[in-house]
Amino acid sequence: MLTRRIIPCLDVNQGRVVKGVKFVNLKDAGDPVECAKAYDRAGADELVFLDITASHEARPTTLRMVERVAESVYIPFTVGGGIRTLADIRALLKAGCDKVSLNTSAIQDPQLIRKASRRFGSQCIVVAIDAKQMSKNRWQVFTHGGRKPTKWDVVQWAKHVEKLGAGEILLTSMDRDGTKNGYDIPLTRQVAQALHIPVIASGGVGSLDHLYEGCAKGQASAVLAASIFHFGKYTIQEAKKYLAKKGIKVRLKE
Amino acid sequence: MKTKKAIGIMDYGMGNLRSVAKAVERFGETTYVGDDLKKLAQVEKLILPGVGAFGDAVCELKKRNLFHLVRDAAKSGTPLLGICLGLQLFFERSQESPGVKGLGIWKGSVVKFPSPEQSRLKIPHMGWNDVSLKRQSTILAHVKEGSYFYFVHSYYAQPSERKLILGETNYGITFPSILGSATTFAVQFHPEKSQRAGLQILKNFIGL
Repeated sequence: MLTRRIIPCLDVNQGRVVKGVKFVNLKDAGDPVECAKAYDRAGADELVFLDITASHEARPTTLRMVERVAESVYIPFTVGGGIRTLADIRALLKAGCDKVSLNTSAIQDPQLIRKASRRFGSQCIVVAIDAKQMSKNRWQVFTHGGRKPTKWDVVQWAKHVEKLGAGEILLTSMDRDGTKNGYDIPLTRQVAQALHIPVIASGGVGSLDHLYEGCAKGQASAVLAASIFHFGKYTIQEAKKYLAKKGIKVRLKE
Repeated sequence: MKTKKAIGIMDYGMGNLRSVAKAVERFGETTYVGDDLKKLAQVEKLILPGVGAFGDAVCELKKRNLFHLVRDAAKSGTPLLGICLGLQLFFERSQESPGVKGLGIWKGSVVKFPSPEQSRLKIPHMGWNDVSLKRQSTILAHVKEGSYFYFVHSYYAQPSERKLILGETNYGITFPSILGSATTFAVQFHPEKSQRAGLQILKNFIGL
């Protein structure tokens, strides 16, 4: 049976992990390769690197980081942030990541999704959606890290990008992000139910039960979290054992 | 001491092959990644990876004259490993690209998973799923029953001969995830992205 994926997310700036991974004694907690290896060993199912490097001139640094990570881990990983063109996507995939995540550029030019999925395959095109709640059961898509509103309703946009060829949705609740109050479950469930492609729940995880809720009530195919893993509050295996005990199918270590 | 022999990884423009090459090199093997017919004719073993559409892949293989190279390799007993789309290409046809003839190394066709409306399951089948082993094979040495592998695909193979099936996986329906005959092997998952169990399969292939 297909298992739910647990995905740690690492923020990187100019090729360095912001804040770093503290759950193991790494020589250099800011080194993306060391962090990725630690999560590979810990049994993470996949990794997401969110590149928050502001300047486009720093792209070569990101590419070098992707190359080094690809040489070091044997699990799939996604890179998102600042990807604007087909050439950007090609360069990242060539450097060795498995998927790229599009956000602002997809809103600005939705045809980029269609072109990218035709050229490189849907399986490697993730569309990241930042959602803010406007009223009960209505969420709006925001860009630029939640600062700029768009005209798009979240469910409508998610359906649209699926039609354009997105292979997966990374759905972040801007209301919950950083709060540790749990995922926005109604949002996650609405999007997951409306789509045929997998949805990754993101934003707000503070406890293992939040991961469970994302899977069980939110119906997410995968759950993403950052701080609870980076700072060692819980290990990946603790999270998986907790989910398994509650009846969620996960990949446990041999 | 075993002499090191090169593994040819066919690059026909369908997906990133760096991680496959890296995983193979991890076992001390030299690799050739490319589409040069002369170089591919010299290697000891061949890997046919790939992601994307069946029809596009056949077209790209033919453009590079690799189509016949793969078929000849299978006939002449050169060890051959198909990964993901590579597995599907070993069959005669696919629902993904009606009218396009595949390599036809194995009899049978490739079909799409039931629609999400019917099955309530997401397409693509993406993530870690377990494999139930059906037969013994050198490619499966030290691979435990129920091992997890990383899958991403929307179509699966239906071989005419059941005896090709070495391992099966369930996603709504049960489909063959590891196939093999004599010196030709194929996996629907990505061994290069499946941690230890995946690397073990690559190691077994290299050691054939």
